[in-house]
Amino acid sequence: MARLKLATVWLGGCSGCHMSFLDMDEWLIDLAQAADIVYSPFVDAKEFPDNVDATLVEGAVANEDHFNLARQIRKRSRWVISFGDCAVTGNVTAMRNYFGGAKEVLDRGYVELATQKPAWPSDPGVLPTLLDRVVPLHQVIPVDFYIPGCPPPAGRIRKVLSALIEGKEPHLEGDDIRFG
Amino acid sequence: MAVRTLTINEKLVSAPEGATILQAARENGIDIPTLCQLDGLSTVGACRLCLVEVGPSGRLQAACVTQVAEEMVVRTETPKLREYRKMIIELLLTERNHVCAVCVANHHCELQDLAVKLGVDHVRFEYLHPHLAVDVSHELFGIDHNRCVLCTRCVRICDEIEGVHTWDVSGRGTNARIISDLNQPWGESPTCTSCGKCVQACPTGAIFRQGSTVAEMEKDRQRLRFLLTAREKREWLV
Amino acid sequence: MDLHELNDIAADQRAAQKPCVIRCCMAAGCQSAGSVAVLKALQQAVTEAGKQNTVEVRSVGCLRLCCQGPLVQTDPDQRMFQKVRPEQAPSLVSTLDGRTTDAEPCDPNAPFFALQANVVLVNSGRIDPEQIEHYIAADGYAALARALTEMTPQDVVEAVTRSGLRGRGGAGYPTGVKWSLVARSKGDRKYVVCNADEGDPGAFMNRSVLESDPHSVLEGMAIAGYAVGASQGYIYIRGEYPLATQRLQTAIRQAGRLRLLGTHILNTAFDFRIDIRIGAGAFVCGEETALMASIMGERGTPRPRPPYPAESGLWGCPTLINNVETFANIPQIIRRGPEWFASIGTPKSTGTKVFALTGKVRNTGLVEVPLGTPLRVLVEDIGGGSPSGKIKAVQTGGPSGGCVPAHLLDTPVDYESLAAVGSIMGSGGLIVMDEANNMVDVARFFMGFCMDESCGKCIPCRAGTVQLHRLLTRILDRKATRRDLAVLEQLCGMVKETSLCGLGQTAPNPVLSTLRHFRHEYEALLRDE
Ligand SMILES: Cc1cc2nc3c(=O)[nH]c(=O)nc-3n(C[C@H](O)[C@H](O)[C@H](O)COP(=O)(O)O)c2cc1C
Ligand code: SF4
Ligand code: SF4
Ligand code: SF4
Ligand code: FES
Repeated sequence: MARLKLATVWLGGCSGCHMSFLDMDEWLIDLAQAADIVYSPFVDAKEFPDNVDATLVEGAVANEDHFNLARQIRKRSRWVISFGDCAVTGNVTAMRNYFGGAKEVLDRGYVELATQKPAWPSDPGVLPTLLDRVVPLHQVIPVDFYIPGCPPPAGRIRKVLSALIEGKEPHLEGDDIRFG
Repeated sequence: MAVRTLTINEKLVSAPEGATILQAARENGIDIPTLCQLDGLSTVGACRLCLVEVGPSGRLQAACVTQVAEEMVVRTETPKLREYRKMIIELLLTERNHVCAVCVANHHCELQDLAVKLGVDHVRFEYLHPHLAVDVSHELFGIDHNRCVLCTRCVRICDEIEGVHTWDVSGRGTNARIISDLNQPWGESPTCTSCGKCVQACPTGAIFRQGSTVAEMEKDRQRLRFLLTAREKREWLV
Repeated sequence: MDLHELNDIAADQRAAQKPCVIRCCMAAGCQSAGSVAVLKALQQAVTEAGKQNTVEVRSVGCLRLCCQGPLVQTDPDQRMFQKVRPEQAPSLVSTLDGRTTDAEPCDPNAPFFALQANVVLVNSGRIDPEQIEHYIAADGYAALARALTEMTPQDVVEAVTRSGLRGRGGAGYPTGVKWSLVARSKGDRKYVVCNADEGDPGAFMNRSVLESDPHSVLEGMAIAGYAVGASQGYIYIRGEYPLATQRLQTAIRQAGRLRLLGTHILNTAFDFRIDIRIGAGAFVCGEETALMASIMGERGTPRPRPPYPAESGLWGCPTLINNVETFANIPQIIRRGPEWFASIGTPKSTGTKVFALTGKVRNTGLVEVPLGTPLRVLVEDIGGGSPSGKIKAVQTGGPSGGCVPAHLLDTPVDYESLAAVGSIMGSGGLIVMDEANNMVDVARFFMGFCMDESCGKCIPCRAGTVQLHRLLTRILDRKATRRDLAVLEQLCGMVKETSLCGLGQTAPNPVLSTLRHFRHEYEALLRDE
């Protein structure tokens, strides 16, 4: 069987979903035998490659970098999978939306709460341009599958990856789709 | 008592006259999802989760308020009902801020359980992210409007069982809010007896005991049953 | 008061009638255009001309062509003037002597007037609504007298049934059937409720009836009370109608003084009292169960039916609830006979209907036509067409209704035909739209209304209308894709089928009907995925 070309991406999230991925422990060895991780915080690829079979996306879409990467991922992946509550619902990352738009959030973070030099960082490249609202991944691109959970327990991730390796459509139900 | 015979999901069942479809179904082991209904309280038919298809036309009726009738034909699980129930949960999840990961009721929440049961693994609508208050002025309890689904179980239990009517609803549409007394902070309520019944009745993390942190707010729904049995039958059964 | 005294009042009033009458509209529309000053100036001009003994200046209800107010009409020569200013009063009075006036004439034989019917509005613009004698002289309370003295309650129900009258509040439920349900319901106390909450945007039919002829509604309610066995009536009127409320109060007081309301009405054993309850401006309080909750002093939210009000309404008692216009039809059905009424309109939609004609149409105002009249007659002949030349669609039924596209303008206005083209009769709002109106925008306007007016009790309506409004906004902002359009359609179906009350159940209608007739306008706004 052809090896699965797998990517994982970290957008606006806490990396907890990736930690949970690592919690799959010894099954990671099985995974390594069946799949190539072609792009991920775990590996050292700079550019999101072409022809990816499945991409797990952690995190909500919070800034323009996320937005552009998400569109690129969609173009280059057969399966896009929302990985964890932030990608699926916006979750904690989207709690900044209660404050209002990007300006209110930056003011709160860099001005109101600052103890020294209250000002937005001005050096180029320090701050990606924030979107006005944080949104779940599927509001930006079509998503094929969802793995809820904050973080999704390792067993849940494994069920989905096993199915993909076997060339089957993943399926989660019951407690495996519980948010939180 | 007169008995009515009806069909639920192709199965013949009987129920006493005056019983609701929901009671008849539960009596026969048929599960219908509910949210605003709570045994022992009056019914309001508000959440619409218990809708079932009735009769040859498949008209949707709320099982919790519709009485059984002779030769009634009821379907509780059809693709349409499944889809509509799912949408109801999705709508609730968008309307306020149900961030399960940081909620006191995580893993002990009826809304979260319903999402699991009905297969909601993502939400197709836009999240509204309203800015809502948390009132922790009461010395024992708190109310977090971010988690409220406006089921009015708190309103009814406080009015009908505790006999106090601290809670009510103000405003309309999506701006409707649960308020205590004349929209005062709960801690300043002159009517609240601090009995804690609303804490137990609330299906989500909206009303909680102070000091509970994430996932700690377990609710005891049997408590209401216990009170009612004690009151009506003078039996103190745990 | 008995029948003879009633006849005496009518005769006295007719005898006292001066040969000339100048009728000045004092309904809310013309008042806001300045008719109070016009009325004063006319009275003064009559006095100054020394004609007090031959000319009566009468404050009347709606003369219908509201867009041209203040309106004044003279009798017996039937001349009509529009946009009258107080300084024109002296010359206007002088026309009674055949002189000329610079007041702008208005042709009472124009299609706007000539094509209209006169059943519900028969007294509107003719009698002074604040004088019960005027109403009595126009055969008022004769129907109540006949019902009480010549008919049994069953006869009355039977007559209403035979007339084919259907509820004018929106749903078109057969009035006779409803009356017989309440009449047969068991209960020591029963109630009659008049729904005057009229909340549809742009609708003012009920307000005009109450301002122009309040006694017809009181008489209809009293007849209903007799027919179903109720001795207490309530009129639930919205707080935004102060003039109508004041005229109702006056009318109730006058009728009480003449023992046409109260105890031993017309020297019979029948007692019937009417009280007014004022709403606080929530659209949902027009829904019958919410309205009753509000009357009982509770939060005005609907509850699931059954039980229907006919079985368990106010304070758990059988309650008859009808619309203003429904009640206003009753006296004539009793007086002129159900067969006469049934001969107007179509077999399944008998009688007339009052419409509030607004939007992109030349003549806006109050219009009464026999049911079954083609929409085209209403908007092109009576309404005079659109000033821009091309009508695109007509919205009937307000926020619960739908758009009828121009190519279907020959649709007759009756309950079934409107339903067949995806709209409803509703309570009588008629909004004309031309090419400048984007139909998606129209749909969003009505959705915004329903979203703001949702009571918030049930989830599909409370949260669903918000999402529908957002989806429509996304489409209008050209940010929506085909996926969004599919979600919009799905959610419309869900909100319609699962909402608790009529507000939510009909909220998607404007979207569904514009999708049906103007889908291309939605599609043109979509972007690629
Ligand atoms: C949201 C909503 C608003 C309504 N508003 C009115 C109203 O303003 N006036 C009215 O007569 N009926 C209104 N209705 C209809 C009433 O519930 C009721 O059907 C009607 O008053 C019955 O009178 P009828 O049989 O004479 O039409 C409304 C219904 C709904 C669902
Ligand atoms: S604690 Fe008891 S009295 Fe106080 S609001 Fe809750 S139910 Fe009512
Ligand atoms: S506070 Fe809790 S019980 Fe009260 S309406 Fe909200 S969700 Fe229901
Ligand atoms: S449909 Fe709307 S107005 Fe009617 S009960 Fe539900 S929320 Fe209230
Ligand atoms: S449980 Fe029946 S409507 Fe909520």
